[in-house]
Amino acid sequence: MSTTATPSAAPALRLDRIRKEFGGVVAVENFSLDIHPGQIVALVGDNGAGKSTIVKIVSGVHHPTSGSIALHGDQVHFPDASAARGHGIEVVYQDLALADMQPVYMNMFLGRELVTGPLRRLDKKRMASQTQALVDELDVRIPSARATIRELSGGQRQGVAIARATHWATSLVLMDEPTAALGVAETARAEQLMRQLRERGRAILLVSHNLDQVFRVADRIAVLRRGAQIGVRETAKTTHNEIVSMITGLQPADEA
Amino acid sequence: MRTRAHQNARAAVTPPAILDRLRAADPRRYVVYAGFALIMVVFSITLRDSGFLTTPNLVHIVQQTAPITVMAVGLVLVLTAGEIDLSIGSVVALSALVAGVMLRDYDSMPLAVAASLAVGAGVGLFNGLFVTRVRVPSFLVTLATLGLVAGLARVMTNLQSVPITHEYFNGLFGSGSMAGISTLVLWSAAAVAVGHYVYRHTRFGAHVLAVGDNARAARVSGVKVERVKVAVLVISGLCAALAGLLYAGRLHGATYTLGETDMLTVIAAVIVGGNRLFGGSGTVVGALVGSLVMGVLNNGLILGGLSVSQQMIARGVIILVAVALTLREEKA
Repeated sequence: MSTTATPSAAPALRLDRIRKEFGGVVAVENFSLDIHPGQIVALVGDNGAGKSTIVKIVSGVHHPTSGSIALHGDQVHFPDASAARGHGIEVVYQDLALADMQPVYMNMFLGRELVTGPLRRLDKKRMASQTQALVDELDVRIPSARATIRELSGGQRQGVAIARATHWATSLVLMDEPTAALGVAETARAEQLMRQLRERGRAILLVSHNLDQVFRVADRIAVLRRGAQIGVRETAKTTHNEIVSMITGLQPADEA
Repeated sequence: MRTRAHQNARAAVTPPAILDRLRAADPRRYVVYAGFALIMVVFSITLRDSGFLTTPNLVHIVQQTAPITVMAVGLVLVLTAGEIDLSIGSVVALSALVAGVMLRDYDSMPLAVAASLAVGAGVGLFNGLFVTRVRVPSFLVTLATLGLVAGLARVMTNLQSVPITHEYFNGLFGSGSMAGISTLVLWSAAAVAVGHYVYRHTRFGAHVLAVGDNARAARVSGVKVERVKVAVLVISGLCAALAGLLYAGRLHGATYTLGETDMLTVIAAVIVGGNRLFGGSGTVVGALVGSLVMGVLNNGLILGGLSVSQQMIARGVIILVAVALTLREEKA
């Protein structure tokens, strides 16, 4: 994969006419979307609209039946989730996917641990100090990088999950209902982290049921209904009502 | 700028790191050390006329416990990964018999050791593949292989014992010593040292912990969950095979009853040592102490003149108390 292409020219992620069938059932049809670096695009739609399917296709869990995925202008194909990760795509899950009994720094480096010396000994000191530097920089307020996850609050855990995605995602962060389990103040912190990620030039695809949140953080909003793309709107040029009527089907799909 | 933030963070983190470790230290991890000390004190006083606290007796305890310790190291990994291995006791017998027969028929120690370890690894691999491919819980798979392997051990020599006269083998795995230290003690120490290093200081160890803690989190982080599960069961099989060699070397022979009651002793040792039964955390050093607790209990109750049935009852009560103490924190 070439990294010389200027990121501003090509979108970090381009989905082109993605179609996904499970058996005979069409879960997603003809979905296209560009996300540029430093942009947050929200994906909204009712339950079963195909949001999760899109996330799973981009993270390499599902393969599109047809259509193509390009990162920074280069067409890619993900045989599995680790291939997607290898291309700098990270996912923040609703349930966070953290190992509760392990320290923060081991979660940060899980699957990509740093080792040192001929015996390939875990470099816990370096992992802990890099983790501490990262959480300090993102202002994720946790007692210490060596604290175990279960000592942390829900918001702190989400902070750790987002910090981990920030650390490893070179091109794209997928967030699947990242604040569904959080309180008001904690949600605000997580949204602040999303903005920080955007400032760092990451492209973010945010799946959320919370339209208020979508309007607070997203630059653009893509609406799905029953697997079909209804339209993409710039947040500044649309209204709550328009998005709701797109989701519910009061407003027909844009002409493709 | 990045490096400065890095250094600041480092400077800030160093002193509290020690505090964090103390705070995060799990009290139930240390119950076993206190319990071990208590048992030692009680036996030293009550059995002072029976020679409990003599060097030969203490060395004897460590030697007797060697196979349990070696298997306990393997079981710590298995339990940490959220699995269990009930087949270890029967692997002990089969591996000892295989070694005995190989020594008798070919008189080659490397061949005997290799064959025996292959048996252990093979049973572990079988367990692991069954658990990960057929998706049967390890409790059921290894319960089945327990019977299967025990049956094979009986069939193999038609219930006959196999004497081992290979002096070098008996020395290396049993009665010998190096630099004045019993080889059994050295094997235990090696198993614990290697086990502890792998557990605490390697990527594999970290993956075992993560798999037992949250298998989904491990998988989405790129950890090969199935491979880890197969690996811990293979390691457990290898440890049981080594335990079989240690029995064969110490007893100068092999028989199908070897290791018959060891599985429960090993599980008790590991749990008493402060390991979780349900994965995600554990301690190899604790398992060593747990296994020494088992050995000391055994020894003390015999020296105390208890009959076999009284010993069984006493051991059961003590293990219950110990497990209750170590698991008490779990609910919090």
